[in-house]
Amino acid sequence: MSQTPPEAPSTVTVTIDGHAVQAKPGDLLIKVAEDNGVYIPRFCWHERMKPVGMCRMCLVSIEGARGLPPACTTPVTDGMVVDTQGPAVKKVQDGVLEFLLINHPLDCPVCDRGGECPLQDQTLAFGPGESRFVEEKRHFEKPVPISSLVLLDRERCIQCGRCTRFADEIAGDPLIDFGERGGRMQVITYPDEPFTSYFSGNTVQICPVGALTSKPYRFKARPWDLSSVETSCTACAVGCRGALQSSSNRLVRLLGVDSEPVNQGWLCDKGRYGFEYVHATERVRNPMVRKQGELIEASWPEALDAAADGLRRALDLHGADAVAVLGGARGTNEDAYAWARFAKGVLRTDNVDCQLGDGLPADLVLGLPRATIVDCDRAAAVVVLAPDLKEELPVLFLRLRRAASELGVPLVDVAARDNGLTSYATTVVRHTPGEEGTIARKLANALSGTVTGDKPIDDAAAAARDRSGPIVVVLGRPSLAASADGLVAAAGELLARPNVRFLSALRRGNVHGALDLGLAPGFLPGRVTLDAGRAWFGDAWGGVPAGRGLDTRGILETARSGGLHALVLLGADPVADFPDRTLAREGVAGAGFTVAVGAFLTESARHADVFLPVQLWGEKLGTNTNLEGRVQRLGPKVAPEGTSMPDWRIAAELAARFDDDFDLEAVEEVQDEIARLSAAHAGVDARLIVRARDGVVLPLSEHRDELVLTPARIPITDASWEPIIPGSIADEGLTSTRLTDVLEGTGQGATSTVKPATEPADVGDEHAAEAEATEAVSAAETVAASAPSVHVWAPPGEGHTAPARDAYALRLVAARKLYDKGDIVVRSPSLASLASDPVLLLNPSDRDRIGVQDGGRVRATTARGSLTLTVQGDRGTPAGIAFMPFTQSGTGAADLIDVSNPVTDLRVESVS
Amino acid sequence: MADATPSARETLIITKRLRDRPDDSWTLDTFLATGGFDGLRKALTMTGEAIGQEQVKASGLRGRGGAGFPTATKWSFLPKGSYPRYLVVNADEGEPSTFKDRMLVERDPFQLLEGIAIAAFSIECNLAFVYLRGEFAQGYDRFVAAVDEARARGFLGRNLLGSGFDLDIVVHRGAGAYICGEETGLLESLEGERGMPRIRPPFPAVEGLYAKPTVVNNVETLSTLPHIILMGGEEYGKLGVGRSTGSRIFSLSGHVNRPGNYEVELGITFRDLIYSPELGGGIPGDRKIKFIIPGGASSQWLTGSDEHLDAPLDMDAVSQFGVMLGSGAVMVFDETTNPALVAWRLAKFFAHESCGKCTPCREGTGWLEKVLYRLAHGLGRPEDLDMLLDVGDNISPGLNAPFSQTTICPLGPSAVSAVVSLNKYFRDEVLEGTARAEVHA
Repeated sequence: MSQTPPEAPSTVTVTIDGHAVQAKPGDLLIKVAEDNGVYIPRFCWHERMKPVGMCRMCLVSIEGARGLPPACTTPVTDGMVVDTQGPAVKKVQDGVLEFLLINHPLDCPVCDRGGECPLQDQTLAFGPGESRFVEEKRHFEKPVPISSLVLLDRERCIQCGRCTRFADEIAGDPLIDFGERGGRMQVITYPDEPFTSYFSGNTVQICPVGALTSKPYRFKARPWDLSSVETSCTACAVGCRGALQSSSNRLVRLLGVDSEPVNQGWLCDKGRYGFEYVHATERVRNPMVRKQGELIEASWPEALDAAADGLRRALDLHGADAVAVLGGARGTNEDAYAWARFAKGVLRTDNVDCQLGDGLPADLVLGLPRATIVDCDRAAAVVVLAPDLKEELPVLFLRLRRAASELGVPLVDVAARDNGLTSYATTVVRHTPGEEGTIARKLANALSGTVTGDKPIDDAAAAARDRSGPIVVVLGRPSLAASADGLVAAAGELLARPNVRFLSALRRGNVHGALDLGLAPGFLPGRVTLDAGRAWFGDAWGGVPAGRGLDTRGILETARSGGLHALVLLGADPVADFPDRTLAREGVAGAGFTVAVGAFLTESARHADVFLPVQLWGEKLGTNTNLEGRVQRLGPKVAPEGTSMPDWRIAAELAARFDDDFDLEAVEEVQDEIARLSAAHAGVDARLIVRARDGVVLPLSEHRDELVLTPARIPITDASWEPIIPGSIADEGLTSTRLTDVLEGTGQGATSTVKPATEPADVGDEHAAEAEATEAVSAAETVAASAPSVHVWAPPGEGHTAPARDAYALRLVAARKLYDKGDIVVRSPSLASLASDPVLLLNPSDRDRIGVQDGGRVRATTARGSLTLTVQGDRGTPAGIAFMPFTQSGTGAADLIDVSNPVTDLRVESVS
Repeated sequence: MADATPSARETLIITKRLRDRPDDSWTLDTFLATGGFDGLRKALTMTGEAIGQEQVKASGLRGRGGAGFPTATKWSFLPKGSYPRYLVVNADEGEPSTFKDRMLVERDPFQLLEGIAIAAFSIECNLAFVYLRGEFAQGYDRFVAAVDEARARGFLGRNLLGSGFDLDIVVHRGAGAYICGEETGLLESLEGERGMPRIRPPFPAVEGLYAKPTVVNNVETLSTLPHIILMGGEEYGKLGVGRSTGSRIFSLSGHVNRPGNYEVELGITFRDLIYSPELGGGIPGDRKIKFIIPGGASSQWLTGSDEHLDAPLDMDAVSQFGVMLGSGAVMVFDETTNPALVAWRLAKFFAHESCGKCTPCREGTGWLEKVLYRLAHGLGRPEDLDMLLDVGDNISPGLNAPFSQTTICPLGPSAVSAVVSLNKYFRDEVLEGTARAEVHA
């Protein structure tokens, strides 16, 4: 038995196949070897999971060690001498591969994995030429669906346990496991419990054979036909990196790319399979103009003219205050910027809001000290004061789950009811919606060392005090049935404590980019207020709105009362997303001239006088900003549907009809203009965006150290089952002519050939990369020196108190589920069936008091309206609280919410 | 060697009570009336260190579960100052044709309990876990009753026998998996996980049950402790031969006139064990011995040759023939036996019991079984035997004893032993069978 040496050296020397290499003591041999160019074959080992040493493919010879230890479970020690290729090792590799293949069906020609299969590849590289097995192979019924998205072929399975370990270790959904044993060992689900994990698609990606296939991709393409681009997922605001793949101009697959600061390789199933909506048959493919009451297909010039005319008429007759723009959180940063410039610089209206009353006030989100996702891994504590992250920001949930369960970060779950993180929380604090400020004050006091007498809160503070690092507050809108006032009050209380940083939990794909770029009342691009930026943008744009405008609620209320004469729906569907559906319906109906800029004829868009179809994610180039303020590239992989245009170009085209030439011809030009004008984006120009491997966290000046410039990009090969390194995917036709010029330094001279991003001569040269980063930072400093300063939020003076709930009522919590009935889910055939009808969840004691059984029907009545609903008892919902998922379409919580009330109380009575 | 019938006898130490009192050896009254707990009482007057590193060490006691590892050395691996630490009793006796622990649990449960208490006291453990083979129906009832009774009478629990030492015992029933007799598979199972062996290191002594320092000992090993304490370690160590000290129970089965458990002093020969009238009593019909499988199904085989029959029951000496005493099983097969059929049946057992965790065992045992089936049933090919050896070599490189292995635990290599023996002693017979098969084909 070896004892731990008294003093561990910081590096050790290991000799691998005759070459001495340096490594950190304790690092696994398989990884050390790989980092030094020696690939040891493996099946079960995955860098993001604990080693298990099951497949025995990575056995190596180590001097002095008994037998052949697995490289995946062996930590390196000083002086270790390893042989990975000698005859003994080779014999074992041959043997293990032969064993793996004896019962494998070898149906490669019809297997999804064929062509990108680790078993094929490693057999070729490390295995025997032929098999000596002449017996009958084992047989299983196949394929077996283990969830609605994933199918299992037990004959192809090599029992590496990657999927079962992922489900347990990473996702926390141990719903698949091994059953039987020996040669009959197989992956199973439990009786009547399918693998209903939000993360099931990851198992398909990391499966080293074709045992797990996904319903959306199955038989859709052959790997050698795939074309890939690296991109970010925009299904929510985490911005997971992915490799988007197409075949025959159809999107067929999104693979997770292993970006350490963002998603560590994982995707949620909604993000992974939601690309299907891009090809939905309901897409509006050409512009439409309303004629004789009907929306009729029209040409782009006709439609753009009609839109410009309608807007101009409203401006001329009623002024800029009678014009509003709603939305913009689903587009790119470039879309948001161009639309901010059009709305605020051309139309001169400040009635602009990218949030649909379902988020937090823009001045709060833009003005708080920010945390990054990585900060959560090393925080003194993470306080979650947000909706259920597993439902709304699933991959952030994975990160926090890992931080709490693996990294020992104290996690404080402050919520009205149990959620995905509750079982991993160090401390659980329950409250009634509206009381967030009171709870936060207690927590803030406890963090300052005061004993509050509230044990969970004191315990949480004590746990945090023992650790260094910031306290990260994940702040979002936990319930759409309560106003954001409680959260504003809570943020104010917590902000008063030192070393508190905030991570926004707003969910919509690019809501943070839209906010940063001015799609909010009172703001201009760069996180600057209208007043602060008035002169700067007045100069750049030729003018800005006279005064602060209305938010979505104000816009809808004005529209309802007939005061709004033109409305642009920028990918927004207030009827589906605004918490108060009655107001949204009445507002949209009363809005006067309406332009819908979108992809689908939503209930709101049906009111449009002009419909301008846009390109969607996967069809266009640009950038996205995730919830930590990280700007990342989005790549196009398929030609746009119909004649659709990117939103930013529509804004430029409309501006031209107001005699304002934006002079923006390519996405890179928009990016350069943003870098020049936006204080927050200073230095983040097209060149830096294309080179920054993990994107750029804004502002660059504060996150200089995190910037990694991309080395050479090589085509993605068949290594998708391994973590895909960011920047390793070739950008096939990704960049426009304009950018090629930028990179080649040919200036304005247009060339007709579109080339893939070329590798500048300095690629791989650290000094050059360093110089480039320094250059970007100094460009940022130049802009910052003259640009307006970034907004800093100051808490409101007075506190906030929620109205009391009367003893007969229940307080409603309404929040989204991952599989809601939004555009992505409803229009992606593989996901559509996963969205369920809303059920009212009550504490069993409340359910019993009302006198219903699970599945019974009740009438729920609020000041706004009344619905008949199905009831389910739920111990995770405290007494006095009622939970209802906020589903965008169909009757639901939005029919019960009146946004003029700060909270929503409902009475529930049995109707059965 | 002379033809005279050998006349070895049993040396009754741990089976004395159950032999003397066949009708009530498992009761507390009988136990107390026959010296029960005297060893524990004496042990409690010593220091834990003295019990382990003086008495047990001097006794030369080696584990009776199969591997034969020195017990005192195993205890000494526990990291100093790390608590809690656990004692886990491996009573998952599943090695084919081994049935000694079952007898000890059923017929002398208090002796085991006393041994557990001595070991626990010595290694400073306050909670012991007994993992009982699930099929031990009567053993379970009797052992649980014994634990309850001992607790009620102050032989267990807080301050046992007024010594200030606390000990409780948790009894867990297995669910029928051979792999759970492998100590790390057992620990996984005890923790409620699927019974699969763990990667070592860490070894159980450092991170065992619930990641705490853990000693895993066999039933017979622990049952011996009271006698070592009473006799004195040095005295006990005088029994036996060489480094194989004391007595052991051998489970004798197969073609013998008197199959059963026999406790004998180590050092008598296989011939003594098989032919002594008070022990095996010879082969039915005075037929010749064709081969012997010592040590349970995992060992390589011996033949009926004088050289093999005169080998002493000595854990070290037998290794010159590539075999081990293992769990103490001795299976005897006479000249009427088809060795390929036996090899197939053993392979079938291992293929059935392979847990499936690692590739060479999961796939390899099944492959061996399928080929051996053909060889045993007249469907073999001439190249099959050499192929089997190479497949075996991919599970257990070198085909040596003791094993080397590409697997996580010794189950896979165990399945190879029969193939090696088949080739070593019966190659011609097997190849002759394949030649006949070719004629038929």
